Amino acid sequence: MRTFCIGVIAMIALPAHAQLRVEITSGVTDPIPIAIVPFAGTTGATGAAEAAATAGGVLDVAAIVQRDLESSGRFKGLPRRDMFDRPSRASEVVVPDWRSSRNDYIVVGRVLPADGGNTQIEVELVNLVNGQRLAGQRFVAPAGSLREASHRVSDLIYEKILGVRGAFATRIAYVAVDGQPPAQRYRLIVADADGEGARIVLESRLPIMSPSWSPDGESLAYVSFENKLSAIYLQKVRSGERRRLSARPGINGSPSFSPNGQRLAVTFSTAGNLDIHVLEIADGRATRITDDPAIDTEATWSADGKSIYFTSDRGGSPQIYRVDVNAGASPKRVTYTGSYNARPRLSPDGKQLAMVTLTEGAYRVGVQDLATGTMRVLSRGQLDESPSFAPNGAMLIYAGRERGQGVLSTVSVDGLTTQRLKADAGEVREPVWGPYLP
Amino acid sequence: MRNAILTLMILGVLATAGCASKRVAEQPADTSGEAVDSGAATDGSQAGGIDSGALGENETPGPQGELLGKRVIYFEFDRADLKAEDTAVIAAHARYLSGNSNARVRLEGHSDERGTREYNIGLGERRSQTVRRAMMLQGVADAQITTVSYGEERPAAAGSDEMAWQQNRRVEIVYLK
Repeated sequence: MRTFCIGVIAMIALPAHAQLRVEITSGVTDPIPIAIVPFAGTTGATGAAEAAATAGGVLDVAAIVQRDLESSGRFKGLPRRDMFDRPSRASEVVVPDWRSSRNDYIVVGRVLPADGGNTQIEVELVNLVNGQRLAGQRFVAPAGSLREASHRVSDLIYEKILGVRGAFATRIAYVAVDGQPPAQRYRLIVADADGEGARIVLESRLPIMSPSWSPDGESLAYVSFENKLSAIYLQKVRSGERRRLSARPGINGSPSFSPNGQRLAVTFSTAGNLDIHVLEIADGRATRITDDPAIDTEATWSADGKSIYFTSDRGGSPQIYRVDVNAGASPKRVTYTGSYNARPRLSPDGKQLAMVTLTEGAYRVGVQDLATGTMRVLSRGQLDESPSFAPNGAMLIYAGRERGQGVLSTVSVDGLTTQRLKADAGEVREPVWGPYLP
Repeated sequence: MRNAILTLMILGVLATAGCASKRVAEQPADTSGEAVDSGAATDGSQAGGIDSGALGENETPGPQGELLGKRVIYFEFDRADLKAEDTAVIAAHARYLSGNSNARVRLEGHSDERGTREYNIGLGERRSQTVRRAMMLQGVADAQITTVSYGEERPAAAGSDEMAWQQNRRVEIVYLK
């Protein structure tokens, strides 16, 4: 049994209008039917799952799990009105009855008070095709963390059925902007992966850009122009404590954490020429990695920390290159499809490279298979940008524009499932999917 | 005569600016002590927000006049070379700055919204450097000019059409106190 120690996050809650709202826009044609029975001890026995999950009072764990699983596009939850029984233990499930109502799986559980003000969730998963109990697990949530514990239940169910760890109990960071130019306000925001629980990390009248998660999920590096010029900052998400890592003359841009969390790949400029550097977080020492009159920027690391992928227009148009971090290595071009490929991000298994690609006159999310060189375009907008992989590699989050508004969307790597996280007001951009929480 | 020489100089800039111009010297500052300063706002109260003052702080109206009153230089899509029509405006500012060695400007480079954000920071920087080099060729001291690139982050006009885009691909000349 694990205990999740989730402290009270010392950040300011967002006004309701800045929250994100999820809309599933398409899913796989044949999702897995699953019955997620309301957990004993919770409210929300009637009404739409989503409304119940967000209603006041006790959190409806089953509704959160159902919404998570459906958001992946791989599952279809049984509507509660069609449930003829409310078992809360695997031993109470009458398998032939549930199977005859065309469900492949059933999730049952209980929410109980535990010692020290904690809450305990007990959950069981049954395969209705063969009657086998696939999982039985207990989650202990300290006060205020029941929502996160519910996402961990979703991760468990997803993994037991699909064989891939779920990424529901993770967070995203993004930049929200409201107001018209030149009187705009910029906010750096952290939210749960489903858009709930949004908190402001930083607010400024001048641009905030390029957030990057530390591998432990505790810090964000970002660019802020709060003193009119660009600077790179490192900030603890929970405490808000931060320090300025670089405010050199010229450009301080595009920070990206190395896999061991000790270095940042960054963009610095010399007399207007942008090059990739590696900055040691501990002592501020910087090493130049590229040296070319072109624009070299938007670096991201390989999983082993030995090489960096970046955007460069050294060949005439922006394309992606890879360079060994060892000084003196010369970059190798990676992309050859199309006239504009930029802002690379590597999949967790290191086999796919997501980027922004210009295709049919539109900027879209493309994923290139690094072994074969094949590019797949996963989005359909005109100005899509900033793709970022979920830590399980199954989904990407990216930003786009709809009727002049910025929106965040997720898409499965097979391109079959998309969902939109909509902001009710203002513009949202530059989403980055955080790592698994400890 | 003097104007003719200036024009030739500007034409020289025009001829070289489009080809992403060469970098100058290696910056030794990479290992300088500037890098890490800790202690800025470590009290956790940062979430309350930063107000580094309304826009315009440390800025002055600067010199006035038909040419000197023009403070925005516009660019073509994905280009950083100057248009012929802007040479007189830049020459006027260069003349004023070289004749007033206490005067300072910040050149703010911008791009339109197409393309990726950090690449557009690079594009805005290229544009502000083009204007900077043109001014320095005409006698403005390096110390009188700072540059910054906001990329696509601070558009002058909202909208996703060429009307808005052409107003956003620009360098703004801002006079400082």
